[in-house]
Parts: sequence; C-alpha cells; structure tokens
Amino acid sequence: MRELLRRLGGATPATVRVIVLIALSVSMMLIDHRTQQLERLRNILQTVVYPIMFVSSLPREVIYGITGSMESSKNLQTDNESLRQENLLLRSRLKKLHSLEADNRRLKRLLGQSEQIAERVLLAELVEVSLEPYTQKISLNKGSRDDVYVGQPVINGDGVIGQVVHTSQFQSTVTLLTDPSSAVPVMVMRNGLRGVLFGTGVRNRLAMPYLTADADIRIGDLLITSGMGGRFPTGYPVATVTDVKQEPSDEFLTINTLPVTQLDHGREVLLIWPGIAETRKDKVLQEWDDE
Amino acid sequence: MNSLLVLFSFLVALILSSVPLPDIAIVFRPEWLMLVLIYWCMAIPGRIGIITGWLLGLVLDVMYGSLLGQNAMALAIVAYLVNIFHLRIRAFPIWQQSFMVFLLAIMYLTLTAWVRGVAGEFPITWAYWMPALTSALVWPFIYILLRDLRRQRVS
Repeated sequence: MRELLRRLGGATPATVRVIVLIALSVSMMLIDHRTQQLERLRNILQTVVYPIMFVSSLPREVIYGITGSMESSKNLQTDNESLRQENLLLRSRLKKLHSLEADNRRLKRLLGQSEQIAERVLLAELVEVSLEPYTQKISLNKGSRDDVYVGQPVINGDGVIGQVVHTSQFQSTVTLLTDPSSAVPVMVMRNGLRGVLFGTGVRNRLAMPYLTADADIRIGDLLITSGMGGRFPTGYPVATVTDVKQEPSDEFLTINTLPVTQLDHGREVLLIWPGIAETRKDKVLQEWDDE
Repeated sequence: MNSLLVLFSFLVALILSSVPLPDIAIVFRPEWLMLVLIYWCMAIPGRIGIITGWLLGLVLDVMYGSLLGQNAMALAIVAYLVNIFHLRIRAFPIWQQSFMVFLLAIMYLTLTAWVRGVAGEFPITWAYWMPALTSALVWPFIYILLRDLRRQRVS
C-alpha cells in the first residue's frame, strides 16, 4: 500500500493520479453499496477518527452538563417523586407481565413454538455529533466491543427507532426509520395484515406501499413489527396510520404513517438482541421479584 | 515546520464539520474541510494535493457514515483542480477567489448529490446548495487567517 502510494505520489502526472483515485473511489462506493466487504476497513477507520468525533461532541455535552447542573433541587425533587410513582406502577405491571410471560412461554412450548418474547437489551446514549446532512442517521456510544452488530434493532420506550448500519469499537451508526434506505416489515395490530414500512427521507413520515384497495386498513391503525425477515422481533410498535388514499390511476393504496416515537428527541435508546436467551434481563426481573 | 499547522487546521476543519448544530444552522454550514484543503492546495501544491484530499474525504466519509469514497472522490477532484490552477488562483483578488470557491463548492455538492442519487432516493431542495454560498462568504476569513498563521511560523 505504501509502495503504491509512493509510486502514485512520485513521478506520475497529477492527471493520472486523479483518474486512478476516481476509479478507486467509484469501485469502493459500488462495493460499499452492494456488499458488506468494506465493513472491516470502515471499522478500523472509525476507531481512528473516534477522538475527532469525541471532541466534536464536547460542546453539546458541556451544554447538557450546565443545564443539568442548573436544574433547581426543587425541580429534581418533583421529578424524583413522579418517577418514583411511575416506577411503582411499572413494577407492579411488570410483575404481572412476568407471570404472563411464563404462561405464554409454557403455552408456546405446548404448541411447539420456540419464539422468545424477551430479549437481551442494552442502554446506549446518543453521541452528539452531526452526521451527513439530509440523511436520517444517528451515532451511538456503544460499538462492537459491546457486541453491537450490523442490522441490530434499536428501540426506545415508545417503539422502534431504526437499525444499526455500521459498527466500530466504541461507536455505532443507526439508520432511522425515516431514512430512505430503511424498510421494516410490519403488521396491522388489529388484524395482522402484513406490509413493509419504507422511510421517505421526510421527517415523521413513513410510506406503506403495495397494499391493494381491498386491504383492511384504516386511519389510526397501529402498526407493529411482524418479525418477518428475522431482524426485528415481533410486537414492537412502529407507526400509526395517518392517511389512506386510493388514487384512481393506481391499483395500490397510498398510505402514510407517523412513527410512534419522536425520532429526533431523547438521548437514550435501547439496543436489543432478539433471540438471545436472556441472561441479564432475567436476572433483573428475578431481582425485582425477590424484592 | 508547516506540517504541524497543516495537520492542526485539517483537524479543526474535521471537528467543525461534525459539531452538532441546530437544524436551521446545519443548512448554512460551510464546507470547512474543502475550504482548508483549497487553501493548502494553493499555498503548498507540491505537498498537499490529490492524495491528501482523497484521504481527508475518506475520513469524512467514515465520520458521516456515508458511502466510502463519496467525499473522497469529490475532494480529490477539488484538490486536483486547485493544484493545477494554483498559480492563477494565487494571483486572483480575494473576491474572485471567493467566486472560484463558490464554483468549486457547487461542483463538490453536485458530485456528492449525484452519488447519493444513484445510491438511493435523495430529495434535493434549494437549501442543499446553501453551503456553496456560505463557503464563498467564509473564504476570505479562512484565507487571511491561514496566511497570517503561516507567515508567522515562517518568519
């Protein structure tokens, strides 16, 4: 590689050099677009640029720090109080859910299904750097060191956010649902009608094409992940239907939907490992049960 | 001895390219890396050129999570053009240099928009071209700043 660079940098005229580099770039873009072959190279380079991104994220972190420390103790007290109440409520519900889950698992075993309900989860924080403008991507502070993998689902408390597209040692890049390259298999919760949700590049709008006019779908329907394709586990809310139109010239319906989560708000998200037997979360549940 | 300054200016440009800004401000963000690259390609064309531009573009691609090669190709071409015409550009008055920066930025944006259009759906709005204008406006300051820093180090 160094030999090649030196030879390129040496006697060859600039025009030859630029043409070689353009050819190299184009082939790299093609490979990167079609395959996963360059993931390793990207992985290494991303670890190298990590310090730069860390410095970039500092101003916003400092602002968060300052506003955080300026919050009055009274505010914190009320916050704390309401969170405690919410926690109590959620814990009581969780206990119920836990027994339901056990029931469900038992019934599924009776039916011979091996589907898992609960997944291993990991809390990740947004790295406050701005990525390429006009794309819907975010950067997280967990990477391959924490077993994050390409294609991994990312959710928050309300529902699905997107999926991981690149990982490096310490960071990973997530494509949001609204990115034009994103597609999620979903079903209508009311009746199990299946479809695929595509990003439009426009904030807060997802499209659901390829449903024919006789499809039973209405405004207000909740769409949840269907588990088809194997990437997203079943049952996480994704979007609600806001608009169903039938263009006379089109045999398919035009369906617009609104993501259930505020994709550009919030600092914390959850990474999930579908199908991986729960070790950590089970333990947590167990501990909560024991209390 | 200039090397430190060159390296430092590129680092600052990379950081400025990824510092988070409110949505409204992001539209106006100048192409910092391209500006600094143009300066060095013009000032020391023997040392900073196509390969530096390409490598920096690659770093930007990795930081942005875009297709590998997208910014690399565009910046290599910018570096190539500036390298070739560096004598002429040096002789330009500053406003004319700004205009040239504007044209280079338009070319840079066109190249990346083209790649993104080929790779997937990509809606182009008028705001997409805004960085070309702001880059041209910022150029005189970059030029004077880097020139003075360089002279200080040389003397």
